[in-house]
Formats: sequence, structure tokens, C-alpha cells
Amino acid sequence: MIRSLPKSKGYDISFIIYMVLFYTFLFAPLVVTCVLAFNDSEFPTLPWNGFSLDWFFSNTNDRVGIFNDSSNLTSIWISIKTAFFVSIFSLTLGTMGAFLFEQENFKFKQGFYFLALTPLVIPGVILGISLLLSTNTAGTYMENTFGIDVEFFRPSFWLVVIGQFAFISTFVLLVVSARLKKFDKSLEEAALNLGATRFEVIRLITLPYLKPALIGAGAVAFLMSFENFNTTLFLIGSDTTLPINLYLQVRDGSTPIINAISFLLIVSTSLMAIINLIFTKKEQ
Amino acid sequence: MNHSLEIKELKKSFQDFKAVDGVDFYVEEGKFFSILGPSGCGKTTLLRMIAGFLEPTSGSIKIRGDEMIGISPNKRPVNLVFQNLALFPMMDVGENIAFGLKRQNCSKSEIEEKVKNILEKVHLGGYERKNVSDLSGGQKQRVAIARSLVLEPSILLLDEPLGALDLKLREQMKIELKKLQHEFGTTFIYITHDQSEALVMSDKVAVMNNGKFEQIDTPENLYANPKTSFVASFVGETNIFEARLNEDRKSVLTKEGMNFKVFLVDEKIQTFCKLFIRPEAVVLLVDDGMEDMNYFDLTIKTILFDGSNTKVLANVDKSDHEIMVSLPQNRRFAHIKEGEVVRAGVHVSDCKCYE
Amino acid sequence: MNKHTKFGFYIFFIPVFLWLFLLIVLPHIELLFMSLKYENDMGEMVWSLQNYKEFFSEEIYWLTFLRVALYAILVTFLTFVVTFPIAFYITKVVSPKYKGFLIILLLMPFWVSELVRVYGWMILLRESGVINYFLVSLHILDKPIEMLYNDVSMIMGLVYTSMLFMVVPLISSLDGMDDSYIEAAHDLGASKFIIFFKIVIPYTAPGIVSGSIVVFMLTLGNYLTPNLMGGKNSLWFTEQIYNQFIASFNWNQGAAFGFLLLLLSSLIIWIGLKLTKQNLAKALS
Repeated sequence: MIRSLPKSKGYDISFIIYMVLFYTFLFAPLVVTCVLAFNDSEFPTLPWNGFSLDWFFSNTNDRVGIFNDSSNLTSIWISIKTAFFVSIFSLTLGTMGAFLFEQENFKFKQGFYFLALTPLVIPGVILGISLLLSTNTAGTYMENTFGIDVEFFRPSFWLVVIGQFAFISTFVLLVVSARLKKFDKSLEEAALNLGATRFEVIRLITLPYLKPALIGAGAVAFLMSFENFNTTLFLIGSDTTLPINLYLQVRDGSTPIINAISFLLIVSTSLMAIINLIFTKKEQ
Repeated sequence: MNHSLEIKELKKSFQDFKAVDGVDFYVEEGKFFSILGPSGCGKTTLLRMIAGFLEPTSGSIKIRGDEMIGISPNKRPVNLVFQNLALFPMMDVGENIAFGLKRQNCSKSEIEEKVKNILEKVHLGGYERKNVSDLSGGQKQRVAIARSLVLEPSILLLDEPLGALDLKLREQMKIELKKLQHEFGTTFIYITHDQSEALVMSDKVAVMNNGKFEQIDTPENLYANPKTSFVASFVGETNIFEARLNEDRKSVLTKEGMNFKVFLVDEKIQTFCKLFIRPEAVVLLVDDGMEDMNYFDLTIKTILFDGSNTKVLANVDKSDHEIMVSLPQNRRFAHIKEGEVVRAGVHVSDCKCYE
Repeated sequence: MNKHTKFGFYIFFIPVFLWLFLLIVLPHIELLFMSLKYENDMGEMVWSLQNYKEFFSEEIYWLTFLRVALYAILVTFLTFVVTFPIAFYITKVVSPKYKGFLIILLLMPFWVSELVRVYGWMILLRESGVINYFLVSLHILDKPIEMLYNDVSMIMGLVYTSMLFMVVPLISSLDGMDDSYIEAAHDLGASKFIIFFKIVIPYTAPGIVSGSIVVFMLTLGNYLTPNLMGGKNSLWFTEQIYNQFIASFNWNQGAAFGFLLLLLSSLIIWIGLKLTKQNLAKALS
């Protein structure tokens, strides 16, 4: 049953078979996607026509590789910009939230904490439409009353950033709180006792301690933003992010350029995952 | 007659490390047998092999004459009380105890009856519906033992179950466990690193070190006649002198330059040896002149008051070597002050020499 | 509290408060208000329950709603069944040497965008896809069949997408379970079956519940997988919300749908927590 209990051969073998099947199931779509990015074919399928880098570098009428496809390149750049701002904002707010809920005491703290966790259980689509509705109302109000057109009250780049920020902050808050919980408060007290101000203590003692968690949370925030679809779908303006752009292409029939983009995504996210892993290892 | 447990040439290696390195012993029916050793000596490995959670590398384990090698833990007539007790947190006391009985398909009324009886025997009558997490440390202990004993095993194995308790409770539980074992008459095999637990409760104690048994004996013998230097130093308190054997092989010269008439436990000693003297073997304020006594002056350094267990730290003769001496329980030595010099002696038979 | 720390408190409190109030509370109140407004025959917006009436009177709406709820429960259950042996194997059976490696391998695919994973399945399953190619080349099939765009492929896709959120809490609660509980049960004569149902499952219940809540919620709110892998009859409720908003431009109706979905997911999560006597904060962290 477990390591220390006697096991039958059948038990062991069936487990191993199941594991192999499971991991095949897990990796099959990714491996196939990557492999077909290099197939010399117009369609992302077999037969194998030989190795080709066309879907990366080519720039002919038939085949436009990803590095020459301005629409996809633009959407990648927009996604990076979005993810950059979202991670900066949510890292700042999430960390503030962690300090607030871990180190301060105030009325209705439990209630606020509960509220801060709700973005985890609100479906992304709902968050998207709620924000769309309320910013639309606010935008209409601003325009009718003051005659001002506020850009981020309309579906736009900044509205997407705000929408993703609204729920990604919660993840940052959880990651940072977890680390802050283990923090030895006497270190802060010692620093205060030696004459540091509250903010000096945070800057010199607490934040350095939180650094690994902040890096990890930042990476998670970046990735979540980069890949977000559900919330973004309703808030997007003319600046299409990569997932939305890919979705439109996949829905309307696909070429191996999507495999090429997927390959790049898989490689870069794996790299990020490994870097993140190394940082969390260090933390332990 | 079959012994309750008989173990022959038992070995267990993990890669290059020999955790249990050839152990032989038997336990008589209905006895309280302890295996005493420092952590990492292999005692837990040994216990887990008896329980069946580890497969030995070689050797034999017989319970009431039946070979146990290759038989899975649930088929062996032994039950284990785990170090952390492993009481199932999602069940109440009654369900925990009934767990094993249900597996034997006992009838409902029979289970109820047995659970009630065993709870009374461990002085927890009426605790059936209590939550495990609401029990005190000692009560959890008794529930864990009851859960195993209700299955009437041939042998009950106990893996340092008192380790998590605080000192006072541990003292009580020692006595309680001993009583329980008497009442049930089941063979108990108890492993511990605490010598006082082993000495107080056991009929016999095996002292284990580096995967081997150093000595198997009654607690009295273990204390009075340790066979090896490890046993002498591990069981009970003792004073140790580095020494070298004189030519007559009846006395030694310690590093501090004192001569002691000694008893050689180990006949193979060549020149260097260790001299062991128990704190209570040193007699204070004795008259000189007896043939088989060693005499010396003690300069009292510190008095360690501990009620009936009061001791003094003292320097021997003029040297820096400090020894511990027990003060007799009468108040004869109440006047002793720090810095005082006292004449003391120790009998030859209490000066034991080991390799 | 002196003046100094009071100031520090507000530095933290105000941004957090603004975030929760402006981006979470207010938009959802607006959602509720919008769902209660209806354009009457005169072209005026009035307070009305008409949007909700619409939902209950149109079969296609509430049927989709019901079907999505049931499918989400099914997906949650399947995800548990598929991942539990993996979590158990990794934490309790396999040699500790390989444990770390297997866990990393398990988490890797989930760092990749959901869209990429769904796309991977699409090129595997569709009529001109890789699996069909192999089956035809091996003469198992005469001609390719469409394996995509049906409920089965959609459910498989949803399970695949959700596995991570189940397996992580399962692994951590199994890791926290001391082996001695299983050993003790075995020692007391329990069979594998009994150990599993009486010891392992009850012990890991908190992990199972938190995994299930997240999986259920994500499945309910999923848009991509049903949209790309489901068939014509596999309409997901989020797709109907999208249609109301983007295609019909009937925001009030869409708001009512959104609010109903929010209600459903909160309700089921609440029931799950009540049944297992946990609270949200504990289940999610």
C-alpha cells in the first residue's frame, strides 16, 4: 500500500502503468504542438514532411513566420506590457495587503480578509462583465456631467490592466502573507527598539526577508496576466493581447504559426518556471 | 516450550549501513522486555521488522514458534503502539478502539462489550464518544494501548510512546504501563532511549548500540554488573577515569596519578583501560585501613541539591578530576560545605575496569 | 496606538480598501443593479425582474445553466478520480528520490497558457489531427473520424485543464498525513479498501474540498475549453453571457446571467464548505 507495507506485484505494476499513461496524457498535447512547429507543412498535422524553420523565420506569400508576423508580434508586445504593469501594481498592493492583514489589527478585519479572498472564487468572466458595466456607467456619467472622456473607463489597454490587477493582487497577497507569517516579529521589534521608524524597518528588515516571496509572486503575477483570457475578453479595446489574438486565429482555422508561438511560449514559461523554482528552493 | 518471541541472527542493511547487525534474543511469555539504546542505534528498525513494516536482510523472527518472515504486518499476532500514537483523528475513542474488531467482523454487540471492558481496564470507562483531540496526553496513550490490546495480540510492541509526554506525566505513565502489562499478561516489547523507563518497567532489558545488543539482563544486573563499558556508561550515572593497568593486573594508575585497586570486568585488557565508579559507591567519612578499599580525599566543589537524589561534585585528591558522589538520604552529611575536604573510600568490587 | 503607527496603518489600509471597494464590491453591485433594469415598451429603463423571468421562461437558458452546473460537478469528480492515484503514488508509494522530479514534471504543463494546451488537444483530436493520422496509417480506421467538438472531448479538456488545482492540494494534504496512520490501520487488520475509505479519504478531506472548490469554480467559469473543444450542443453558460454582451448587446440580460452564475458558484462553494465544516480562508490557503 505504502512504502513500508508489503505490496503485491500487481499493485506495483498497475500503479506504474497508470503513471505512464497519466504523464503521456499530460504531455501529449504539448509535445505534439512543439514538434509540429517544425514540420515543413501548411497545416499543423502529420505526415511529417521534414524539418523546417519556416514558421519562425520565413517571409513569403504562403508562409509568414512568427518573427515576421507583425500582428502576432504586436500582441506579444502588448501582453508583455500588460503583464509588466499588472505585476508591478499587484505586487505593490498585494504586499500592502499582506502587511495589513498580517501585522495590523482593525475592526472588521475578518470581513475585509474574506472580501480580499473573493476574487479567487469569482469566475473571471463575471469579474470582466462587472468591471465593464461599472466603468461604462462611470464613463457615461463623467462624459454627461463633466464632458470628459476618461480613456480607461472604456475597453482599452488600461482597463485590461485594471481588470487583471483586481484579481491577481489576491494571489500576490496570499503568497506574501504566507512568507510574512513565518517572519520573526522580534527582528522588527529589535530594529524599532534601536531607533528605526516603521518604514525604515519595512525597508531594511522586512522587505529583504520577503524578497524570495516577492520574486515568486511577481513571476506568478506576470504569468497569470500574460495568459489571462476570461477577464480580458470583456475589457479589451483595440490593443489585442496574445491569448485573445491566438484564440481568434485558433477559432478561425489555424496554421503552424500558432505552433511556433506555442513553442516559444512553452520554452519561455518552462524557463520561468525553473527560475521560480530555484528561487523557492533558495527560500527553503 | 515456545518462547513468545525468538529472534535469530537478524540483520538489516540500508545500502552500506548496517542498521541491525546480527541480533539474537528471546522473550518469555508475559514478560515486559525493553530495548534500550541511543537514537540511531537500530532499535526502531528492529521493532519495525518485528511488526512487519520492514523486511529483514537476513535472519529469523519467530512468534510462539511460527516463522514471521514474509508475513505481512496485519497477519502477524503483534500490534504496534506508534511513537505518535496514530490515533485516527476523524474517529472518536470508541471508533478508534473498535476499528480493529470491525476488521475481524465481530458482531456489533460483541464489539460494544469489548470496547466497554477494555476502556474500563485502562481507567477510561465511559469515554467511548469522546473526541480524540479532547483527551490529555496520558489518556491518548491509554487509548492507543487499548486499541491494540483489544485485539489480544501475542505481543504488544511499543515505540517510545512516552516520548511526547512531559516529565511528570511520564513518571506516572511508567508505573501505569507496568501495571497494565501485569493485568493483561501480554508480552510487551518496549523500545526507548530513556534508561529510567527501561529500568523501572522491564523484566528484562536489552542494551543496544550500533546495531548490536551489548547486554541482555535484568535491570538490577544491568545496573550492578554491566558487561561492557557502553552499558556501564549508558545505564545509570557513573564516574569515568582514564587509566593504565599495573603489572599485577589488580590495580590501575589513573591519568591523574592515583592508584586504584580494581575489578577487571574485561580480562583482555592490555594496558589502557577505563575505570568506572558509580556515584553511590563512594562512601564518605570512612576509616582508613580496610584491605579491599581504595581511599582518597575529596574536595567538595558544589552541592547539587535534589531532594532524595542530592549529589556533590568533588575533586579527587589534589587533581582537577571531578567526580559525582551521592549523599546518603539520612541527614548525616547536611553539614558538608563547599570547599571542605572529606576522606572517602570505595570498595574494589565497585571499581570496574573496561577496555 | 500612537500617531505614528496610525499613519502607517492608513498607508496600508487605504489602497487595499480602494481596491476592494472600487474593483470588487462596486462592480458587483453594479452587476446586480444592471440585471434588475429592463427597457420597457416606452424605451425607458425601469426596475424590473424581467431579465430573470426571461431566464426561466426560455428553456435554452435555464437548461444550459443546469447542464453546465451538472457538468462542472462531473468534471470536478473526474478530476479527483484521475489525480488522486497520482498524488497518492507520488507522496506515499514512489521512492522519495523521484518525488521532487515527478512533482516538477506534473506542474510544468500548467505553467503554459490554457489556450496552448487546448490547441494541443485540438490538433491531436480533430478529423485531420495527429491521432486520426496514426489510426488510419495503422489501418485501425478506414477513414478519419471527428473526435473533437463533442461533450466527451470537452469534458476531457476541462479535466485536463483543471488537474493542477486538484493535485496540488491533494499532494500537500497527503504529505501532511503521517504514514503511521496507514500502518496502524493495516496493523489493526484493515484491508486496502477500508484504509482508503476510512482513513485516507477522511484525513485528506480538507485538501479534497479546497481542490474541488477551485476546480468547480474554474470549470463553471471556463470559456475557452467549451468554446474550442465542445460541439454545437455543448453551449457553456459563459458563452451565453458573452453572446448577450457582445453579440446581442443586451447588457441587462447578460448582467442577470452573470449574477445567476455568481450565485450558483457561491452557493455550491458554500454548501461544500458547510458539509465539511471548513471556512473559505482556510480552504483557499
